[in-house]
Amino acid sequence: MAALQDGPMELDTEKEVKPEILSDGTSNLSGNTGNGALSSSPLTAAPAGGAPKQEDQQTLIAVLQFLKRNKLSESVEILRREAGLAEDQVDSLAADGSGGGKEDGGDANSLLSRVSIPAAAAPQSTLTPVPVKRSEDHPDVRVVLSAYNQQGDPSLYQVYYSDLKNFIESVLDCHRAELSQLFYPLFVHMYLELVYNNNEAKAKAFFEKFSGDQECYYLDDLRVLCGLSKKEHMKGNEALLDFRTSRFVLRISRDSYQLLKRHLQERHNNQIWNIIQEHLYIDIFDGMPRSKGQIDSMSGSLGGEAKREVNKAKVFYGLLKEPEIEVPLDDEDDEAENEEGKPKKKKTKKDSIGSKSKKQDPNAPQQNRIPLPELKDSDKLDKIMYMKESTKRIRLSPENLPSICFYTFLNAYQGLTAVDFTDDSSLLAGGFADSTVRVWTVTPKKLRKVKSAADLNLIDKESDDVLERIMDEKTASESKILHGHSGPVYGVSFSPDRNYLLSSSEDSTVRLWSLQTFTCLVGYKGHNYPVWDTQFSPFGYYFVSGGHDRVARLWATDHYQPLRIFAGHLADVTCTRFHPNSNYVATGSTDRTVRLWDVLNGNCVRIFTGHKGPIHSLAFSPNGKFLASGSTDGRVLLWDLGHGLMIGELKGHTDTIYALKFSRDGEILASGSMDSTVRLWDSTKAFDDVEMDDFTAATGHIHLPD
Amino acid sequence: MAEERRQKLCSVILPTESMKAMAESVGVGSLQEDSCLALSEEVSYRIKEIAQDALKFMHHGKRRKLMTGDIDHALKLKNVEPLYGFQSQEFIPFRFASGGGRELHFYEEKEVDLSDIINTPLPRVPLDVSLKAHWLSIDGVQPAIPENPPPAPKEQQKAESTEPLKAVKPGQEEEGSIQSKGQGATSAEVKGKEKMRMKPRSTHELSVEQQLYYKEITEACVGSCEAKRAEALQSIATDPGLYQMLPRFSTFISEGVRVNVVQNNLALLIYLMRMVKALMDNPTLYLEKYLHELIPAVVTCIVSKQLCLRPDVDNHWALRDFAARLMAQSCKTFSTTTNNIQSRITKTFTKALLDDRTQWTTRYGCIAGLAELGHDVIKTLIIPRLSVEGARIKAVMDGPVVSNIDKIGADHVQSLLLKHCASVVAKTRPLPDLVDQYKADFGYLGTMLCSHVIKARAQASFQAQTVNRTTLTITQPRPTLSMSQSGLSASGGSRTPSIIKVPSSLTLMSTRPGTPTQPSPPATKYIVMATSAGAASTQQVRVLKEFVSW
Repeated sequence: MAALQDGPMELDTEKEVKPEILSDGTSNLSGNTGNGALSSSPLTAAPAGGAPKQEDQQTLIAVLQFLKRNKLSESVEILRREAGLAEDQVDSLAADGSGGGKEDGGDANSLLSRVSIPAAAAPQSTLTPVPVKRSEDHPDVRVVLSAYNQQGDPSLYQVYYSDLKNFIESVLDCHRAELSQLFYPLFVHMYLELVYNNNEAKAKAFFEKFSGDQECYYLDDLRVLCGLSKKEHMKGNEALLDFRTSRFVLRISRDSYQLLKRHLQERHNNQIWNIIQEHLYIDIFDGMPRSKGQIDSMSGSLGGEAKREVNKAKVFYGLLKEPEIEVPLDDEDDEAENEEGKPKKKKTKKDSIGSKSKKQDPNAPQQNRIPLPELKDSDKLDKIMYMKESTKRIRLSPENLPSICFYTFLNAYQGLTAVDFTDDSSLLAGGFADSTVRVWTVTPKKLRKVKSAADLNLIDKESDDVLERIMDEKTASESKILHGHSGPVYGVSFSPDRNYLLSSSEDSTVRLWSLQTFTCLVGYKGHNYPVWDTQFSPFGYYFVSGGHDRVARLWATDHYQPLRIFAGHLADVTCTRFHPNSNYVATGSTDRTVRLWDVLNGNCVRIFTGHKGPIHSLAFSPNGKFLASGSTDGRVLLWDLGHGLMIGELKGHTDTIYALKFSRDGEILASGSMDSTVRLWDSTKAFDDVEMDDFTAATGHIHLPD
Repeated sequence: MAEERRQKLCSVILPTESMKAMAESVGVGSLQEDSCLALSEEVSYRIKEIAQDALKFMHHGKRRKLMTGDIDHALKLKNVEPLYGFQSQEFIPFRFASGGGRELHFYEEKEVDLSDIINTPLPRVPLDVSLKAHWLSIDGVQPAIPENPPPAPKEQQKAESTEPLKAVKPGQEEEGSIQSKGQGATSAEVKGKEKMRMKPRSTHELSVEQQLYYKEITEACVGSCEAKRAEALQSIATDPGLYQMLPRFSTFISEGVRVNVVQNNLALLIYLMRMVKALMDNPTLYLEKYLHELIPAVVTCIVSKQLCLRPDVDNHWALRDFAARLMAQSCKTFSTTTNNIQSRITKTFTKALLDDRTQWTTRYGCIAGLAELGHDVIKTLIIPRLSVEGARIKAVMDGPVVSNIDKIGADHVQSLLLKHCASVVAKTRPLPDLVDQYKADFGYLGTMLCSHVIKARAQASFQAQTVNRTTLTITQPRPTLSMSQSGLSASGGSRTPSIIKVPSSLTLMSTRPGTPTQPSPPATKYIVMATSAGAASTQQVRVLKEFVSW
């Protein structure tokens, strides 16, 4: 918004005020949900009080009314005190608000809608009366839709749009690519406006005339849109709400923007100008306009590109220092879902590891930034084993390709939906569509249950091999089936110590299983819709899950409620991954963005746009600096976390990429896809080539050679 | 493009008639047109919404096929009760009935006899999920094992043999797959690679496993155990990873034929032809590159003057028929305008057929080979010759007894001619079938041909009737060949190992002076064969020289 206001504004003030409030509202919705320290109360709902402006006060009163109605008198008191409002003031203002216009005035719903339509807009005679419809699921629906009330002549929409189209096609090449970004959001908003105002036939004609002009990567969205032809459909349509609640973000250079503004003012094309003001966020930058290729590589997401500011926060991407034992390497890279079992990727990197462990990585977060579980003796043993093995590794490179052991599930009848390996490649877990989870051992060591309590009483607790004696030999088998879910299992993840297994399912629960007793320990309920993915933190204890309800949640195994809720995605969260240092969580979504969240405060610290389809796989590089993401468009994109930039695109797959994984030393990236291929990529080459000139760092523009 | 896409995106709605039908099925009799329209729009929108949600479940289930379960889950998302156990074999499960002034739509549910269900044997229990480990790559190279795809798919083999310069091995593109951020260096490299792209080297080393496999398969194919042979041939016909062994197999076959023709070992020749058949049946192999070895071998089995030790007793005719069918099959598959296999083969056969001195055995082979090539070939090349051949047969049959062998030969040629020509004549010649007319047209064979044609016509009409009555099923005679003579198979079995031994003289043959040289390369390939065969038997040289000269 700030960017918008740099430019001279000659339009009515009412139009300027409105978007501001709207954006406040949405940021409240998305921003506050994840706040709070690492306590178990995740939801702090009340927005902080602002300056005593008229609109803010109204917002405040609306909230107070809401709280009162819900008998939350303490919260009312606190909020009132903080905002510095006297009690009678509140009441009188509330009375004012409810008295002003609508019949069902006392209702918080109407107050909310009043907030979004400022008083100045009310007297307009063209304002069509808003039918009061309350949908319980989406209390903000009306607020969102009411923005469509002001309208020009619907028959002129086509003229407006084609006028703009002609203008953009006639401008200089350097501006054309940038301004072309406007087409899609404008098209969608104009279409929706027509639909909202019951101009069905005109909407259809408009759609037919211009839908062909849109970029091909918006095809999926257009398909949703074309089904939507009635005002009634707009209620409860999530895709639409996404588009409304979030303002589409465009990055345009100042020159191009001035050009556009001048044109629209000359033509008095207020309709389009209004839409741009209300529904789009134009992120203006100084400097050269971007080329078509640059724009294309970053666009494609549901909400436009990421604003530049959101990727400015500092990310501590370094690895944590290893505690006490002088095992030099971090056990990153644990749990990433991996369809094909790789035998140990080997390398010899001792010297560099040794030097790294001595001094703290300047980019690493503080050791106790988030509390991590204490290392147990067994963990230390694991680390020592790991160190021993790492000395035997052979360094991988394009000349020295790995050997890959491939595990095929036979007779799965298309039922296999998720797979995970333990870090030492000894256990394999599969989630199935028939709601079972199966665990296999791929070593000669059989899976055994712990004996029952009665039998455990009988054994000699003093004997040396007590750990061996507690196991029930009769139950030894190569695989175990875990029953408990009531829907397809979409995500499985082993804990780093191999004692637990997590599974997430369509039945909206995440379950924690013990691999000692092969029983379910906890069912974590919180997601109300299918949970698409879950993963353990590389240090255990914490885990993250993401689902159809568009939020990712951070849990600790000993809390039945989530510790953090990461809200902000505009569509399903399809995959979730922990950063190797456990301080960050990356989520990929159907809205075609990747977000990075800070576990400490629940903030979104990175938004990566550029994918043209839902993202189905993510992988952090073992050194924590980079992130790879794969999507249905068959492309793998590489991101630099520190700078928040796209640094590479790996083209080659022709179908959805469902699995991504770096080798242990990060030199090779393996990707598995629906096109029945596994590809190995030389990631060092992609990373080494990153050259960051000042311009790129400052503007976030990227150059991707073909 | 834009047009096409717009077409696709146009919102499609269900017809209003469906709404009416559905309304009737739930008891709403008269629905107004307006409400139907409104309903159908609403229903179409909801259906689309549910389908879009169901797609999500399909994607997360990592499938390409939408299943009913996905729809159920999508309905569950919308808080709608899923359709439990929905299945219908029919398009519309309703039945309509009217009577007594009432009209009814109902589900037709058949009475089920429980005892029938109880008495039917239980279906097999589906196998449980199991895990299998294998090597996807060893030091970056994919081993050729059945679990992995064949190193070179058929399309690539085809591309390699037809456009060798364009073909790229799969390994090569993988190396170049990182093209992300190369800037100048990478793009230059890529360009360089394109320029440097040359005909790919093919590796000729077989792994130990492959060598063992080759040994086992070839031994089984020519060994005495019929069960083993069937297994080996099955393996050749279906295994995907044989591409690298193909040169060996083709050499094995051509050398084998070369040796065994000389030794008149009918059994082994049959086994070798069955191997050719199996190779051709393998869907992952493209044989074009090896035709220069395989075709001479097959043709030898068709037209060689002598294929067995006792031509009067042994059934070498079956081998000729089988090989002729193979030849026809390879013509169909591989003949192109560049290699002209079919026309060259046809020429060869015709030339031998026209020669007066051709032996009955070779004559039989030529006719069989031509006849298998199709009706057109029979019509243009064999039927005009019928009277001439008839006279020749008559001379043997009615004339003084020359030799038993000639007589048998003439007899076989006669029945072959009648068999193939009758069906063609039945199709081309107008009714009526008069013996005298046939005699006038076809000479000695006319009488018999006439009766065969009448029989063929009767059979055709009978078949047409059956076709009308039942559904059309096309049964193609699958060329199979098995040893019918016990004595031969025994003798063939005992001499298995000898086949791999190549007579030392063969290496000299290709440079033997006196062979006529031909400009076209495939012809020279035949020369090699002709000469090699000629080294052993002079009779054969005469027959095979005909190949040389075309």
